[in-house]
Amino acid sequence: MIPGPVDGDADADAVALAAAVRSGDRSARAVVDQHLARIDERDEELHAFLLVMADEARAAADAVDATVAAGRDPGPLAGVPVALKDVLCTRGVPTTCGSRILEGWRPPYTATVVARVLAAGGIPIGKTNMDEFAMGSSTENSSYGPTRNPHDPTRVPGGSSGGSAAAVGGGLAPLALGSDTGGSVRQPAALCGVVGVKPTYGLVSRYGLVAFASSLDQVGPFATTVADAAVLLEVIAGHDPCDSTSVPEPGPRLLEGLDDGVDGLRIGIVTELTDVEGVEPEVVAAVEQAGHALEKAGATVERVSVPSAAYGISAYYLIAPAEASSNLARYDGVRYGLRVDAGDTATMNARTRDTGFGPEVKRRIMLGTYALSAGYYDAYYGQAQRVRTLVIRDFARVYERCDALISPTSPSTAFELGARTADPLAMYLSDVCTVPSSLAGHPAMSVPFGAGAHGLPVGLQVLAPARGEAVMFRVAQVVEEAA
Amino acid sequence: MPADAGSRITRADVDHVASLARLALTDDEADALTHDLGVILEHAARVEALDTDGVPPTAHPLPLRNVLRADEVRPGVDRDEVLAQAPATEDGRFRVPPVLGETS
Repeated sequence: MIPGPVDGDADADAVALAAAVRSGDRSARAVVDQHLARIDERDEELHAFLLVMADEARAAADAVDATVAAGRDPGPLAGVPVALKDVLCTRGVPTTCGSRILEGWRPPYTATVVARVLAAGGIPIGKTNMDEFAMGSSTENSSYGPTRNPHDPTRVPGGSSGGSAAAVGGGLAPLALGSDTGGSVRQPAALCGVVGVKPTYGLVSRYGLVAFASSLDQVGPFATTVADAAVLLEVIAGHDPCDSTSVPEPGPRLLEGLDDGVDGLRIGIVTELTDVEGVEPEVVAAVEQAGHALEKAGATVERVSVPSAAYGISAYYLIAPAEASSNLARYDGVRYGLRVDAGDTATMNARTRDTGFGPEVKRRIMLGTYALSAGYYDAYYGQAQRVRTLVIRDFARVYERCDALISPTSPSTAFELGARTADPLAMYLSDVCTVPSSLAGHPAMSVPFGAGAHGLPVGLQVLAPARGEAVMFRVAQVVEEAA
Repeated sequence: MPADAGSRITRADVDHVASLARLALTDDEADALTHDLGVILEHAARVEALDTDGVPPTAHPLPLRNVLRADEVRPGVDRDEVLAQAPATEDGRFRVPPVLGETS
């Protein structure tokens, strides 16, 4: 049994929905109203959304319907509701990043990815819950209360993009956007039984994505199928002059070769991310089965070693907090968000930050500031950066003989709320399989494959070299068909 | 966790780093962070085990080049819209409490 979207029906299929709206068979307004009703019904329990944009969504849907009525094509996402992680700026619409420090903030501009969704006929339907500033792996670090897993409300949806994953997994939106710094799209996708993609660094604009760790952050899609994820990634990918790290090349064409199969491809199972302590046996079994399915489809599958991947998690939890401590310096009570008044500016800054940030954000800021401070810089941050080089070199060596790699996305299926909140390190280890590609800037995605203990979804991670999205999606498509 | 977890960072270190990070931590927060950071750094220090002699650091996954463009006037964000989000403003600017010990 494959636990797919909970309320799975034809309406979860974005490609089919957009086709129906484009041909005039269904109105975008009806599609949006139906999803708003579903959110009304279901989200009190799940708490996937921090804000439902009902009025804006209906207005956008009416505009799509008017475009169809005028005989023009609204675009590949015509009438499809898209949930937005609340780390993406939406002009005039509150954007909190799951933090009290940004409560009530209305950004003066819109993220490029959101503008592209709208330009493609997509309908932003709401802002989804997340771990504060995307720091966490369970969405329990949200200052606005946790999100629950649609497959079992006593369990977490993963994180940090847990609201987006739960919205798609719970049938509240066919598509969603999240951000992935060390696994924050892929891990919740795995835990909620949906597809989640972290694109190659630089493929998708970060303009209007509130920064966590700038050398790692990427926006990526959630969907119920590999094809739907491909459509959304095609829409959001491509050069943006507003992001200096955006690669000045057109985005990949993913749908064209999606069904080309894996015959003749060489695929490696990453030993360091699979055959290690802490990975649940059902998860390892799923990776084995996926390997057999790929072999049956004509690929060569073998175990490969990426030795430094085992150290990725340690390097990541120095590099990401270091960058975060710098990026989050901007929350100082001066230009936006919370201010806790004091007689002088320095005290105002420090009190504002202590009041506005939650415990995990303070932990990361402290960790990062320490790792960058005089006397410790080289031992911690410098060494982590050199390990990052080793990870890139090890991947390069493996990609000389492999076209793509597979591994678990998460060592475990969805865990119970509260299970890891008392132990920050245990929570950090949730990201052990996803951080290596993040450090390398490579694409990786999670595809639902099989079920683990308690019938909970298992995610298979497909990894590819930089700009290897087309091959990655082909492999994912075969995995999905075999699931 | 190892028995000496926490030995990598002391309460005095935490107080110093908090001042660098502009965080007015409470006593309880500083104590909890002394423990948590000790445990996390103990794990992170696994990176010390790798031989990285002669390995250059990677700060960024892309070979970044400076991006230049023509200096043309383009619309930016609206000033009033930006100021409307600030906790305090005065005469079209952000207002803050005294910075250099002057009295307001």
